[in-house]
Amino acid sequence: MPTKIEKDAITGRDTTGHEWDGVKELNTPLPTWWVYTFYACIVFAVVYAVLYPSWPWLSGHTTGLLGYTNRTQLTQDLGEQAKGRFKFVDRIRTASFEDIRKDPELFNFALAGGRSAFQTSCVQCHGAGGAGSKGFPTLVDDDWLWGGKIDQIYRTIQFGIRNTNDNSRQTMMPRFGADQLMTAAQVAAVTDHVLSLSGKGKSTPEGAKLFQDQCAACHQATGKGNQEMGAPDLTDGIWLYGGDRDSVYRTIFYARNGSMPAWSERLDPATMKMLALYVHALGGGK
Amino acid sequence: MDGETSLYAPRVRVYPRAVSGTWRWVKWGALVLLLGMYYVVPWLRWNRGPGAPDQAILLDLDGRRGWIFDIVLWPQEVYFVTGFLILGAFGLFLATSLFGRVWCGFACPQTVWTDLFMLVERLIEGDRNERMRLDRGPLSVAKAAKKGLKHLVWLAIAAATGGAWVFYYVDAPSTLFKIFRGEASTEVYVFIGLLTATTYTLAGWAREQVCTYMCPWPRFQAAMLDEQSVIVTYQKWRGEQRGKHKAGDSWDGRGDCVDCRLCVNVCPTGIDIRDGQQLECIGCGLCIDACNETMAKVDRPVDLIRWDTLAHQEERERGRAPTAWRPIRARTLLYSALLAVVAAVMIAAFAWRSDIDVSAQRDRSPNFVRLSNGDVRNGYTVKISNKRQEDRRIRLGVRGLPDAAIAITNAADELAGPPHLTIRADAVGTYRVLVTIPAAKAPAGSMPLSFFAVDDAGRELARHESAFVGPGR
Repeated sequence: MPTKIEKDAITGRDTTGHEWDGVKELNTPLPTWWVYTFYACIVFAVVYAVLYPSWPWLSGHTTGLLGYTNRTQLTQDLGEQAKGRFKFVDRIRTASFEDIRKDPELFNFALAGGRSAFQTSCVQCHGAGGAGSKGFPTLVDDDWLWGGKIDQIYRTIQFGIRNTNDNSRQTMMPRFGADQLMTAAQVAAVTDHVLSLSGKGKSTPEGAKLFQDQCAACHQATGKGNQEMGAPDLTDGIWLYGGDRDSVYRTIFYARNGSMPAWSERLDPATMKMLALYVHALGGGK
Repeated sequence: MDGETSLYAPRVRVYPRAVSGTWRWVKWGALVLLLGMYYVVPWLRWNRGPGAPDQAILLDLDGRRGWIFDIVLWPQEVYFVTGFLILGAFGLFLATSLFGRVWCGFACPQTVWTDLFMLVERLIEGDRNERMRLDRGPLSVAKAAKKGLKHLVWLAIAAATGGAWVFYYVDAPSTLFKIFRGEASTEVYVFIGLLTATTYTLAGWAREQVCTYMCPWPRFQAAMLDEQSVIVTYQKWRGEQRGKHKAGDSWDGRGDCVDCRLCVNVCPTGIDIRDGQQLECIGCGLCIDACNETMAKVDRPVDLIRWDTLAHQEERERGRAPTAWRPIRARTLLYSALLAVVAAVMIAAFAWRSDIDVSAQRDRSPNFVRLSNGDVRNGYTVKISNKRQEDRRIRLGVRGLPDAAIAITNAADELAGPPHLTIRADAVGTYRVLVTIPAAKAPAGSMPLSFFAVDDAGRELARHESAFVGPGR
């Protein structure tokens, strides 16, 4: 408490009565209304603490009379957002790919929606931006196992590849070496022929003959592949499992049968359509 | 408690008396001009053609556009607003170092609206003495009616103030109808309510408390003042000794101040200018008017309280003729130079402002793609902003690497043709652009590549420097 209030000679003002080692403080009073705004803030804080979640317990916290939580707020906001999107999503569900692409507004909405879905469901294997990695095809180049037309992409997304879905794309490459369909020497000969198709190394008559007998059914006599069968083009520079001699040898010996889920089991048609449009626009779409 | 002073000061009510004179008229003029501008500007119309708002000044937050006559500001050009704020600040510094607190006294919204609210108060409740009597007196029907009417008018003005504020952000005529029909957005009502509350509270109730306690400006404006700044000054050497003066008495041996206290009574902040410069003084000059009234009555020279510099006062006190006023000083030169530099930068920025922008963001994943024939391709997200109010047809091209072929995968209307693009009026076109370079020409590592937009006549409109990344060798 103030003890000794004096009048300061120079300013003519009272001191507060506090003294610290001879240092005294002039009383420059705060306006009363200012103090009331502090009280108002305290009242606000108390009311807020009663109405909203505020005090932590050892486990959990007070919930507040209004029952407000960020999570319900988020759910509500998302619901409102979905309502706003419904107009577009509904049109995407009903319109054909060609019609969507002709409508810039709808097309851009679909690309944005496709990108968002891609980042949730596809990047785990195909990489950000569809960059791909060994065993998981890159989606930005112009090489397609099952076709790069938008309907083909859509079908691949819907039913997937080599999974349990009834409509899944189903083919199987034989394990030529492991199942003793060819000897190791024969596999090596075929390997040389396959590499020669893209201008790497020299083929042998034996390799060429074996290729025609064993491989051409799917990969065609020219090695150009067959998208109906998901049989890759062996003449280009793109190798999903590696294009060096050892990788190609192992591919023929043990076979490769990559698989992809049927997304129609998890995603709605509009999302899959947006995904197809997005993947198609990444760069390789035919 | 006896012998103790309170740490909290009760509000001393200020009852400013009416006054007339030069500075009062200047203040009325400033009030009419400034309030007129504030209320009228949102109603100015400006024809920008179909599809664009016809409001001369509209800060469309939803549409992310600032419409200022023929200038359309995009969000990324908010630095123009920053520039204006900096100009405003340096302008304020310069004005203060030249003329003291002219901003506070004549142009500050707090001063202008308080002046208007005091005018209403005076018209309804009467002048100073009547108001003081009314407040002291017991509650009566007449008192309640006067007080009620005053607050009603205050609230109406406050609501009009809040209303005018939202009109800067939404279309004024249509919103006015919506407000009264209850159809306007929640934001509109919230902001009208907010600004009604602040105007009513600050101009009706808080008044000089805002200047003295809330506003930071009076606390540091002293740093801009010096002995050459023109400020409201009581000429102590001429006024003292003050004292009552009867007609016919001699003026010898005393000062000109007759201690009529008019200068105190008219002061909107309730201070005594005769105590010298003080924080509460807003430099409005009303005490000059009041004192001149009295000086004329007692037949003494006017301007006992006057606009003057401290340097001149010192000279006058010593009986010397004041030397010439020095408006050009180091600080005013510095503020003027800063004003000029900022203004020049802004004018230059505005002159070189393009109404079309190209920006390209290169894909980082994948960094580049090898196509089946060995060609190397980079993907870009290209954004083209058309700031004009008309659709523009442009051709997008790349420069910097020979044999670079460009393709656009999401230009809905141009899928088959060459990369001609139609950017809609006042919009951003976003395109996925693929640049492909034949295997033999593909660069090793990163090479500069620029995107440019040309019009049909082949003139370059905008350009963006980017890069093309090829496999390292």
